[in-house]
Amino acid sequence: MIEIQALHKSFADREVLKGINTVFEAGQTNLIIGQSGSGKTVLMKCIVGLFEPTSGKILYDGRNFVGMGKKEKALLRREMGMIFQSAALFDSMNVLDNVMFPLDMFSTMTLKERQHRAQQCLDRVNLIEAQKKYPNELSGGMQKRVAIARAIALNPKYLFCDEPNSGLDPKTSLVIDALIHDITEEFNMTTIINTHDMNSVMGIGDSIIFIKDGRQEWTGDKTQVASADNQALIDFIFASDLLKKARQAFI
Amino acid sequence: MSIILTPVKTFGRYLQLMAKVFSRPERFRMFFKQYITEMQKLGVDSIGIVLMISFFIGAVICIQMKVNIQTPWMPRFTTGYTTREILLLEFSSSIMCLILAGKVGSNIASEIGTMRVTQQIDALDIMGVNSASFLILPKIIGLLTMIPVLVTFSMVAGFGGAYAISYAGIVTPDDLTYGLQHSFNQWFVWMSIIKSFFFAFIIASVSAFYGYTVEGGSVEVGKASTDSVVHCSMLILFADIFLTQILS
Repeated sequence: MIEIQALHKSFADREVLKGINTVFEAGQTNLIIGQSGSGKTVLMKCIVGLFEPTSGKILYDGRNFVGMGKKEKALLRREMGMIFQSAALFDSMNVLDNVMFPLDMFSTMTLKERQHRAQQCLDRVNLIEAQKKYPNELSGGMQKRVAIARAIALNPKYLFCDEPNSGLDPKTSLVIDALIHDITEEFNMTTIINTHDMNSVMGIGDSIIFIKDGRQEWTGDKTQVASADNQALIDFIFASDLLKKARQAFI
Repeated sequence: MSIILTPVKTFGRYLQLMAKVFSRPERFRMFFKQYITEMQKLGVDSIGIVLMISFFIGAVICIQMKVNIQTPWMPRFTTGYTTREILLLEFSSSIMCLILAGKVGSNIASEIGTMRVTQQIDALDIMGVNSASFLILPKIIGLLTMIPVLVTFSMVAGFGGAYAISYAGIVTPDDLTYGLQHSFNQWFVWMSIIKSFFFAFIIASVSAFYGYTVEGGSVEVGKASTDSVVHCSMLILFADIFLTQILS
């Protein structure tokens, strides 16, 4: 479980996050949604420690990440996995080496055990046949699946996904969503997904936080989205005529 | 005011990065793997260009010395003697490192810069890896290991070029040999190698700094690559003045 308490983040004199308070539960997919520039990427970067918050607390199962020393932070980071918008695979390594990388760095396994574990992870994302390929030989969807395999190699307790469906076709997006959702339940991870994708919201939104202008505007889950009375949320999610009609029909 | 403040701030950021770089590697197995790769990429892959440039420059220096320095009042070994002094004292260390600043420096800056803009460095940081040390330390140590080899190869290739031109009839090989051996001071070879260690550190660390601190996209990566070459070259020339004064 990750708990955010009164989180503020400013760049110079511009306040981007204005007191976020929320809880991301374990074993479910927690979505952060909001328009571009609303502050959701900054929130995600604060949670994973790429940005230092101006004030507030980020509690990983009760451990405050903000006040931690370098060594404690490094240890906690080994419990995290992250899937970037661009997949962020290492160009110079093939798929198997990419997935083995966290194991090479932090596990005490033998080479054979590391290879076996990496192959297990690749098998989990149905990419075992691509283990000798390099990232530039893979499609966008395959790269994301490799990134998922790399992220789960060390059995993380916390999984972060920054717009995992960005640049993917709707069908592949559904595959990635289903994979993340299944893995979250399988390993009882606390998963946080930063997304714009409305299919993800309606499909895997076990818990949803809607951010607007750096403030937490609405919280709920996928079953409550359609009937929500928050106008900003409705305008954001049901932006197209088709979705507006679908919502009216649902109501 | 910013003319003074900007370089001071940049130097401060460079020192901060170096403090992160020179920390104990998390896994020596991974460090060693990276170290071998960097020695191959930065050192072994540069041998070809070092040999080629040194060979031709050695030949050209020999011709220039013969045409412009040697007169009937000077001994015939002057061409060989001056060619040797130029190659040992300046060309094989300083000028060769200026060339390497272009080849190796831009390679380091663009590689690390691209890793930064494609979030590969963020991925390392989130895993809990000290990305600065993991990426930069093997490059610095790798280039420091390979630079004496490159300097030695450059000297040998330069003399090879001078001999090649002597067989073309510019000077006699005997005169050239005598000149190359005349009043030989072994310290000049060591001086060249000692200077090259400083230059190698400048090339690897300054280029890595420009790559590591890139913000933006491909345009910024290109700018970082150019900046790294320009600043490495300036720093090498600046350091050369002090090192030559101290070591001579």
